Amino acid sequence: MSPRIGVVTFPGSLDDRDAARAVTIGGGEAVALWHADADLHAVDAIVLPGGFSYGDYLRCGAIARFAPVMEKIVDAANGGLPVLGICNGFQILCESHLLPGALTRNDHLHFICRDQKLRIENNTSAWTNSFEIGQEIVVPLKNGEGGYVADEHTLDLLEGEGRVIARYLDVNPNGSRRDIAGITNAAGNVVGIMPHPEHAVEELTGPTTDGLGFFTSVLTSLVTNGRVAV
Amino acid sequence: MARVVVDVKLKPEILDPQGRAVMGALGRLGLSGVADVRQGKQFVLTIDGDIDDAKLADINRIAESLLSNPVIEDYSVRVEA
Repeated sequence: MSPRIGVVTFPGSLDDRDAARAVTIGGGEAVALWHADADLHAVDAIVLPGGFSYGDYLRCGAIARFAPVMEKIVDAANGGLPVLGICNGFQILCESHLLPGALTRNDHLHFICRDQKLRIENNTSAWTNSFEIGQEIVVPLKNGEGGYVADEHTLDLLEGEGRVIARYLDVNPNGSRRDIAGITNAAGNVVGIMPHPEHAVEELTGPTTDGLGFFTSVLTSLVTNGRVAV
Repeated sequence: MARVVVDVKLKPEILDPQGRAVMGALGRLGLSGVADVRQGKQFVLTIDGDIDDAKLADINRIAESLLSNPVIEDYSVRVEA
């Protein structure tokens, strides 16, 4: 039986369908989760998709953090459940304090949409173990508030512990500190990334299929950590 | 009825591209001598009944957990007469 990967839909989520499709192509079973349902339906891992949850009113991810499903997700993530936050999902993970720092308005103020080159810098997290360290990948990027910020102490801590999972290459598209595109928590089960690996899983629709590695990594991690039977 | 005002502003070390864009417009409108512009948010809460210490503590808790993100923002709470 394939591992069950939950994909949460908030009011205003855009990329939940693509995330579910990426889960399926990666070899998992996609399970739809609803923001107002405080039940994780026994999933083995969770994806928080991109979009504009609750209209991104107040701050991106700020209201989604208090959705009934998120309270369960925070507890489960602290217990080791793999959670991947993409774009708006990354913002929600920061607002939930599952990941340090915050995502702020792009320094140039423009919404940006492009195919973005990244360098993978951590291949031990639950969502990046399929990659090689230093591997360069190209996935779509689309955000208005993607500038990663944290204080210098936090940035040094992330670097020192190898918790930067991916960095922007060639161009820093949003003013992120130290070109950070994605990070993980200390345990390696929670990952946030601003670009969109779920849009790069099929040759027909994506610039590459480089994004698939995130969705195959978690299956490997679930087996390795004994969270699902082989 | 009482009114409680919560002001939220970016911490000084956080870049404020919105404030910078506003500052660019000021020059074009002929206002010179402005060294910096920082953009913030203000929430005005209209409260049924009187404000007591317990209510004010609740509002401070909400200001810290929802209305602001302490990673990047500072907040202040004041009661308007």
